[in-house]
Amino acid sequence: MDFNGAQGTVVRLFNDANAQFHKMPGSAIILRYIKSSYQDDPVRSAIELFLFLFAVRYLLAPTYSTQKKVALTEEEIDELVDDWTPEPLVAAQTPFEELENEKRPVIVGPTGPKSKLSNGRTVTNLASYNFYNFVANETLKEKAIQTLRTYGVGPCGPPGFYGTQDVHIKTEADVAAALGTPACIIYAQSFSTISSVIPSFSKRGDIIVADKAVNFSVRKGIQISRSTVRWYEHNDMEDLERVLQKVVKEQAKKPLTRRFIITEGLFENIGDVVDLPKLVELKLRYKFRLILDETWSYGVLGRTGGGVTEAQNVDGTEVDMIIGSLSGPLCAAGGFCAGNEEVVEHQRISSASYTYSAALPALLSTTASETIAMLQEQPEIMATLRENIKSMRAQLDPRSDWVKCTSVADNPIMLLVLKPEVVVSKNLSLHDQHQLFQDVMDECLANGVMITRLKSMPTGLGVHPRDQGWQPTPALKVCVTTGLTKKETEKAGIVIRHAITKIVSRRR
Amino acid sequence: MPTRSINPFATTSPSSSPSLDAINEKREQPRRTSFTKGNKFTSLFGGGSPKSRDAAALRDALVAQQQALLNSPSPQQLNLAPISLPSISLTTATGEKMPAEPKTLFQPPSQEDARRLARAHAQFGPLGSQSHRCVSQFPGGEFAEPVEDEPPYYYLITTYISYLILIVFGHVRDFFGKRFRRQHYSHLEERDGYAPLNSDFDNFYTRRLKIRINDCFSRPTTGVPGRFITLLDRKSDDGNNTFKMLGTTTETLNMSSYNYLGFAQSEGPCADAAEAVIRKYGVTMASPRSDVGTSDLSVEVEELVASFVGKPASMVFSMGFVTNATTFPTLVGKGCLMISDELNHSSIRFGSRLSGAMIEMFKHNDMRDLERKLREAISQGQPRTHRPWKKILVAVEGLYSMEGTMCNLPALVELKKKYKFNLYVDEAHSVGALGPNGRGVCDYFGIDPSEVDILMGTFTKSFGANGGYIAAEKSIIDKLRVQNAGMLFAESPTPPVLVQIASALRLITGDLNPGQGEERLQRLAFNSRYLRLGLKRLGFIVYGHDDSPIIPLLLYNPAKMPAFSHEMLKRKISVVVVGYPATPLVSSRARFCVSAAHTKDDLDRMLAACDEAGDLLQLKFSSGVAGGAEPEEFSLEEKDSGLRERKAVKPPRWRLEDVLKRGVEDVQGVLC
Repeated sequence: MDFNGAQGTVVRLFNDANAQFHKMPGSAIILRYIKSSYQDDPVRSAIELFLFLFAVRYLLAPTYSTQKKVALTEEEIDELVDDWTPEPLVAAQTPFEELENEKRPVIVGPTGPKSKLSNGRTVTNLASYNFYNFVANETLKEKAIQTLRTYGVGPCGPPGFYGTQDVHIKTEADVAAALGTPACIIYAQSFSTISSVIPSFSKRGDIIVADKAVNFSVRKGIQISRSTVRWYEHNDMEDLERVLQKVVKEQAKKPLTRRFIITEGLFENIGDVVDLPKLVELKLRYKFRLILDETWSYGVLGRTGGGVTEAQNVDGTEVDMIIGSLSGPLCAAGGFCAGNEEVVEHQRISSASYTYSAALPALLSTTASETIAMLQEQPEIMATLRENIKSMRAQLDPRSDWVKCTSVADNPIMLLVLKPEVVVSKNLSLHDQHQLFQDVMDECLANGVMITRLKSMPTGLGVHPRDQGWQPTPALKVCVTTGLTKKETEKAGIVIRHAITKIVSRRR
Repeated sequence: MPTRSINPFATTSPSSSPSLDAINEKREQPRRTSFTKGNKFTSLFGGGSPKSRDAAALRDALVAQQQALLNSPSPQQLNLAPISLPSISLTTATGEKMPAEPKTLFQPPSQEDARRLARAHAQFGPLGSQSHRCVSQFPGGEFAEPVEDEPPYYYLITTYISYLILIVFGHVRDFFGKRFRRQHYSHLEERDGYAPLNSDFDNFYTRRLKIRINDCFSRPTTGVPGRFITLLDRKSDDGNNTFKMLGTTTETLNMSSYNYLGFAQSEGPCADAAEAVIRKYGVTMASPRSDVGTSDLSVEVEELVASFVGKPASMVFSMGFVTNATTFPTLVGKGCLMISDELNHSSIRFGSRLSGAMIEMFKHNDMRDLERKLREAISQGQPRTHRPWKKILVAVEGLYSMEGTMCNLPALVELKKKYKFNLYVDEAHSVGALGPNGRGVCDYFGIDPSEVDILMGTFTKSFGANGGYIAAEKSIIDKLRVQNAGMLFAESPTPPVLVQIASALRLITGDLNPGQGEERLQRLAFNSRYLRLGLKRLGFIVYGHDDSPIIPLLLYNPAKMPAFSHEMLKRKISVVVVGYPATPLVSSRARFCVSAAHTKDDLDRMLAACDEAGDLLQLKFSSGVAGGAEPEEFSLEEKDSGLRERKAVKPPRWRLEDVLKRGVEDVQGVLC
């Protein structure tokens, strides 16, 4: 192509572009603006152009991180990759952990007041939460089998996608009716229920005031919610009030955020009971919402096993969220959260372990409905249980020189901790106490009584001991059951007491 | 509409046969002949499809089978009958028992038998033909990402516009609502000194968008979620705010449950075992695993699971979600790095957030992105301190539940060798569903399970039970047993659930009723491929790998979600529709979960329904890049496979008849 041809093309292109530009709406204004500004002041035009280009460059620039990175060549990276030796995926077991793995009992056949172990011995089982011996109940078995034959085992899907079965709806209604709340939602597992309920309501910036001794799953729920958390001394209502006052004062000038008090009905780690009327009074006064973990109290406290609300005559609707278990005393599986419709419906779409997990097997759901009905219809079984608790307690708490029971009188899970003077005089570390109780368990088992001990809460990997927070005092766990007569219970109590005396007194 | 009382404990069968429903259903669409189920008894003998080519062979087979029955009436023996007979369906999978002593060649079943059989078949369909089986196995070579087709821009733009309209309308309604119907908004405002439980902003999506299609979610069901699922009919008079139960039920084809191997059954070996164990053990262990909740059953299941997935040891949990949520904190912590696929399940996010480890994401299944992240992480070390990471854990899923894609395990294992990270594979959906032996992704790719550090999975899906497991080296499991919170504090798996798992595993491995597990696995593989191929050929955009039993069908426009769900429900098929926020904004989809319990007829019915709905709702977007070539091209292509490369891709729009005609043969090869 010769020079003239090229020039002609360029001119034509320029004319075309010019014509196109003029066709564009608003082009005349731009043109006029540039012309007039140039006539007035070419420097201004230059600065404007510069600013415009800078803005374009700034907007197009890739986002950069504020973190400093070391620039390395590919070869250097390869070298570093070769050099890097990761730690093993898990650390080696400690001798105590090895022992624990070795000694974990395996029950052959059904669990019950008398359980057969894998070593062939039949022992008195005071370690399962089989308080009313519902495991052996024939009516429940028949109901479960009927459900099995109608529904199969698993619901094969999360509740949102065809996993909600009519039996779940019925169980929800049963629990709600038993507690006197407007609505209820059931989860597939009790342990994960509260860990999922807390973060579905409490978000970053919200405030949680929690008891220092709450159980592991509450802690995990609080951790995942990323809310601001304040702890108060265990069951100390004055301290709670002080903390609430402080929070209200601190937050007075800030925009209102959600505020929650989280505590347990019966404490898993201590066994004592919350003072609910006082708590409700405080929550109303300081305008906090109350999340009450009734995992260990529902089915245990109250005339018909309705939990703390029933036992302490508090209306179920006064508590914003009641979280409970269908797996412990009720001998089915799953957990629930009861509250008003708003609370429940919100969880159906935003609670992780409900939305993203398969629903509860139908046969376990109907079992829960049945046991709730049984507790309501036959309050006498609760009376039997309490008799047994009393006789067991009489054998242990006042008579032992070494341990005392921290559980309340109605709690079938009796937690026995070493008396403070024993700990001091024998100079026992936490680990020593765990070891000691493990020995007591072995001794009891050798004498035909199976009990267990409170497990300490696992701390995260790499967490400095100073950050690990509250840990429960090591304790023996004795679970009373109506499957044993009063006499058998007493006998087992004597075995336990003697075992404690033998092991603890031997220790220097 | 058939009206039945909803009594879960009624002794009579709650499920009527689908053919009955078809007659009763007034609004029923005209159906092809093969839709009607016909005589249940004939379908037992493989006659399900009247179009079956080998009718003569079928007759022969029938004679042979009756002979076999006369020789040995025990149903167990039937499995040993020569498999060379072309079309006998000896589906022991349905758990039915053969009539004991047939005296004539053809004996009409008694009414009760027929009912029982119909009920069993409603849970697990009989195998139509031996050709309806296929092996799920990686063919070798480079494991490529599936081609993701895109719809014409028109649909993308209208999708954005739809959301815009929905949002604008939502705000307009809010604007007026907040002024004139205050009481309806009171829960979003400060009340009496309490902050609202949900913030106005967070709640907007639920309040204004999701509620419009709420009737497509959480549909209550009853009975077994097997081949068919019975929905409880409900309606709403107030724009889906509340639902009223109508007291009637509808039996629908179940394309929604994660019942991959069809173990959701209330009869058969699994249910029998579960019944026996309830009688013996009761329904619970009433204690956490680490106290006294460990029964001989848990030990047995742990051994079975370990040997099934090919690891030395395993531990079981009572919930799949918790398995992930409690395991990550025991594996990684401060000073460790977790690199997680961006589409990983919520439970993995939950667990990793609890662990306190640093979390990085890589693009879904993008191995190059993962390698880049790894190189950077190892070379740069921890942020600020630049110390080397203590360990790096890469977490992926075997089969992604919303995409239908599998992880690229061969590439991951390669990377693992080079970069020395630990690999955690969540096989929640893939275990049982993939691989020639159903042992998950390792089995599918033929990779030694020892290459993967931790194999996690759930029992909810393929095994029809509940709970999860972790399988790894014995030293790892032993350590986890004493440290895992799920082991220390959570309830232990219940005896009926444990035996359901054990019997399902034994059936799959062939220890129990040999042949049945294989049949289930191969039927699942066939069904997955058949439906996927059919949908592609009809012109739909589907995501995921060929062998995946999860088939997402792309709908794009938000309004098509409820429309598709309703169209399918009209045709008595229950499907799951998902949209934002579970998927990216534009790619709303319907998700089909194929099961071994489905017969080819079910899938044909599904294809026909999709075909009609697809025409009605304009869902046939496929441009042909992701497969589904035209029939005439196909014959050409068979002669010269290289030809296809040079030819411009034509959007496949097969006629339904052609799809059904060609489907069975073409499924066996590479789906294209």
